[in-house]
Order: sequence, then C-alpha cells, then structure tokens
Amino acid sequence: MSRNLILGSALSSLVVLAALVSFVWTPYDHAALNIPDKLQPPNAQHWFGTDHFGRDMFSMIMVGARTSIAVALVAVGIGMALGVPLGLTAAARKGSWLDEVIMRGNDLVFAFPSLVIAILITAVFGAGAINAIIAIGIFNIPVFARITRGAALSLWEREFILAARVAGKGAARISAEHILPNVANLLIVQGTIQFSLGILAEAGLSYVGLGAQSPTPSWGRMLADAQTMVSFAPHLALIPGLAIIVTVLGLNLLGDGLRDWLDPRIRVARA
Amino acid sequence: MLRYTLKRLLSLLVSLAVASVVIFAVIEVAPGDPASFMLGVNAQEDTLAALRAELGLDVSKTQRYFNWISGMLVGDFGTSYTYRTPVSQMIADRLWVSLPLALYALTLSTLIAFPAGIYAAARRGKPGDLTVMGATQLGIAVPNFWFAMMLVLIFAINLRWFNAGGFAGWDNGFWTGLHSLTLPAIALALPQAAILARVMRSSLLDILAEDFMRTARAKGLTRRQALWRHGVRNALIPVLTIIGLQFSFLLAGSIIIEQVFYLPGLGRLVFQAISARDLIVVESVVMLLVFAVITVNFLVDLAYAAVDPRLRSRT
Repeated sequence: MSRNLILGSALSSLVVLAALVSFVWTPYDHAALNIPDKLQPPNAQHWFGTDHFGRDMFSMIMVGARTSIAVALVAVGIGMALGVPLGLTAAARKGSWLDEVIMRGNDLVFAFPSLVIAILITAVFGAGAINAIIAIGIFNIPVFARITRGAALSLWEREFILAARVAGKGAARISAEHILPNVANLLIVQGTIQFSLGILAEAGLSYVGLGAQSPTPSWGRMLADAQTMVSFAPHLALIPGLAIIVTVLGLNLLGDGLRDWLDPRIRVARA
Repeated sequence: MLRYTLKRLLSLLVSLAVASVVIFAVIEVAPGDPASFMLGVNAQEDTLAALRAELGLDVSKTQRYFNWISGMLVGDFGTSYTYRTPVSQMIADRLWVSLPLALYALTLSTLIAFPAGIYAAARRGKPGDLTVMGATQLGIAVPNFWFAMMLVLIFAINLRWFNAGGFAGWDNGFWTGLHSLTLPAIALALPQAAILARVMRSSLLDILAEDFMRTARAKGLTRRQALWRHGVRNALIPVLTIIGLQFSFLLAGSIIIEQVFYLPGLGRLVFQAISARDLIVVESVVMLLVFAVITVNFLVDLAYAAVDPRLRSRT
C-alpha cells in the first residue's frame, strides 16, 4: 500500500465518519442560535468557533459534510448509471451510427460546464441542492461514457472476448459479463476523482446561491455567509475552506493510491 | 487538411445548432409569461398584448427560436425584459471585464505552470519534483473562490495593496483596470496552473524517454540543451490542448470569482438576470459561453491537426 492510499483513505474516512456521526451526535445543535456567543474564535467550548448567529461551527461543518458527500455521491451515481452503459454500447457498436450519435452527444454535453447547466436549471426551476446534483451529474455522464468506451474498445480486441463470441454470447451479454468487470477498477478510480470534483463543484454552486438553500447546511453557503465578515472573523472563512481542501485532497490521494494499487497501467483523465 | 477542416467545421455547426435548440427548449420550459411578470397581475389584456408584440413573444415557439438565432447571427440578442435595453449591449459591456479576466488568468497560469512543470520533470523523483507535485496536489484541492477570499483578506484588508472588490474600469487607464483584475486573476489561475503543471511534467517525462532525446545527448548536447531544444518543444503539443480547454473553463469559472470581488462581469449579469427572471439574458449568456467552449475546442483541434498530421485521419 502506498503512502497516497493510506493518507487518502485516512482523510476521506475522517470526513465520511464526521458526516455519519452527525446523524446521531454533534457537539451542539447545528441550527441553534445563540447570539450572546456570536463570532467567537476557536476555543475549548467551540472547537471551530461560532458564526454570526452564535451557531457552533464544528457542528455545522459536520452536518455540512453530509450535504457535500450526498450531492457529490449521487452526481457520481448519475454519471456512472448513464455514462457506463452508453460507453459500453458505443464500444460494442464501434463505428456504427449509434457509436457516432453517442460520442457526438457526449461532446455536446461536454460543452456545458456544470456551472452553466446549473444556471440553466436554476433559471427555470429555482435554486436547490437537487439542481446541483443534476447539474454535476449531467456533467459526469460524458466523463464516464468516454472512459468506459476507451477501455472497452481495447478489450473487444482481446482473445477472451473472441472466445465468448464463439460461445454464442451476444454483444449485450459480453459487455455485461466480460467487459464491465474488466473496466470496474478504472471506473472506481475515475469515480473517486469525479467525487472530489463534485465536492468542489457543489461548494462553488452553493457559494453563488445555485446549490443547497437555507436551512440545509453546506460548506459553500457558509463561505458565502462569511464573505462580508472575513475581516474581523477570519475563522468563518478559513474553517469551511479547510474542510473542503481536506476532503478533496483526501479523495484525490485516495484516487491516485487506488490507481497504483489496482492497476499501475491505467491512466485517469482529470478534466 | 482542407477535408479535415471542412469535416470539423460541419461538426462544429451541428454542435452549435443542437446546443442552441437545447438551451432554447430548457428556457422555454420555464413557467410564466415574461410580459405579465413585467407588468404585474393587474395589467390590462391589451397592454399585455402590446408588450408581447414588442418583445416578439406573440409568435409561435418555432418562429421565436428562428428569430432568436437569426438575430444572434447579426449581433441582435433581443431586448432585456427588465432593463429594456439591447441584450447584446449588456453582454458587450460585461465581456470587457470577463474576457480580460479570463485571458489574464490564462497568462498567469501558463507563466506559473510551465517553469514548475519543466523543473519537476527535469528533477524527477528528487525533492524539487516532490515539492512541486505536492504543491500541485494542494492547488487542485483548493476551491478558487475560497482562495480568492484569502487573497482579499491578506492583500486587500491587511496589506492594502489592492482593493477588496469592484472594478476601476478601463477608462482610467489600462494599468488601473489591470490592477483591479489582479487578485481575481490570481485566484482563477491557481487551480488551473496546478493542473497544467502536472500535464507539462508528464508530457515532458514522456518525451524525455524518447530515442531522439538520447540521440541529442549522444551528439554532444548537454542535458540542459537537450531539454530545451528538443524536450520542451515537443512536450508543448499536448500542453497547448489543455490550455485551449482551460480557456473555456476560465471563462465559466470567472462567473464565480466575479461574485467574490463584486466585478461587473458576465457572472453578475447572469445572476441578476436569474433573480429578475430576465430569461432572454440568461439564454443569451449561456449560449455565448457554450459557443465559446465549442469554438475554442474546434480551434484547438485544428491547431493540433496542423502540428501533427497523424491526427487528420482520425475523426
């Protein structure tokens, strides 16, 4: 096991653990207002200090981790659930009109950065965490479709696939039974990277007001709230920022570590 | 090359056409009639009808789509529902902030990433390489808008070298304008520089393993001469592709950074338009951003094919 893998899994587990524990316990109620204790810097009672309403920042960070993880995880799920079958289909029908349509469609979706998709959705349906999930999820689809197709194409040339065809298996069955298990490692690694990009994107979207809305706690919104107070209460901006960095860094290291551990030959696209 | 160019041009036009239909269709799903939104619930039916006619809303959806597209082709983006001014004028004003910001950030990120990537590759596995790689790992993990807030805290609030926000405008001189875009450009450039430095390093490492590099050393060039004359130049090809792709992300990314610095760019315009339900502005800005992404990718593909003839046979 590499250093990357150990450090990456340690940091990622820490964040996931904080999110899980927040369901049963937080030091304080994350939504409880306590104006007399407002804007305290980190201290023994409030490890991460308090915000302008006197809410405990540590509890807010713990609960905020839930939003970040949920949004990024579901977005990766959407990307995989739609992108992988598309990629498998395109590879199985290589060179056909179906392959062409799928890949051109992917190029088109790629031209819409997740922020732009979020702007479009919000303009029509209003802001919310669901929009962030959809926007990031749509952006993930071509990422998974491309990487699946690329890996599947080289597998289709292999002899064991030829053997499966000789045995009378159809393209769909070969894709599911032989191609998919062989691209799984690659998908796990890319999934980790997209997860970390999703955390960053969610923070950005909720920062500009296109993501999770009050009262759902979110790291990006905490940063937006902190903006006007950063001069006299820097901890309001520092702490949510560090939470994002630790999470993204952890996931990236985990992704790199997993890649080296599962298969040193595979290369991951980092858009 | 001509055949390849025409083929890519056709695919560019198809992409743009499909993208415009998608954007128009999504915005059309939006509930509510802009005219009644503007005039309020007590508006008279004939006033509403007159306003709809003025805004070009009294025709069928297909007709409106073609009006929108044909207008855009000649630079007419329609009239803003809230400000009653031409959308093209509003966008042009804001582009004078967003576009220079994106270009400034692109320049900075290239200036940081090239030396860092070349340095790391030349010292592969040594402490210098590990330091650069560690820094880029961190750079990728830092959200640019948070980094922007930290820059404001340090360089504007504490050191007072820059203003915390706002844009001085180009009318007060080029350097004044550039000065107020400096912190936003740095914030925008950092994560991109981290990615670019990693691409530069791995591309250069691939080249350094090539036979012609050994030949260059064998004919008597020093390590440094071989690196600069043959290594860096060949490594630049994939790096340029990434730079092209980054430009469109910088343009979109500037939308978030503008919020931190209260810059009057495309981002502010689009967010104001969303809250005012000025959908024609949203529609046009989104189309413009998507147009920029698709066109830049097209140009990168062409430049790439011009440099590397092997790519022309691929689609």
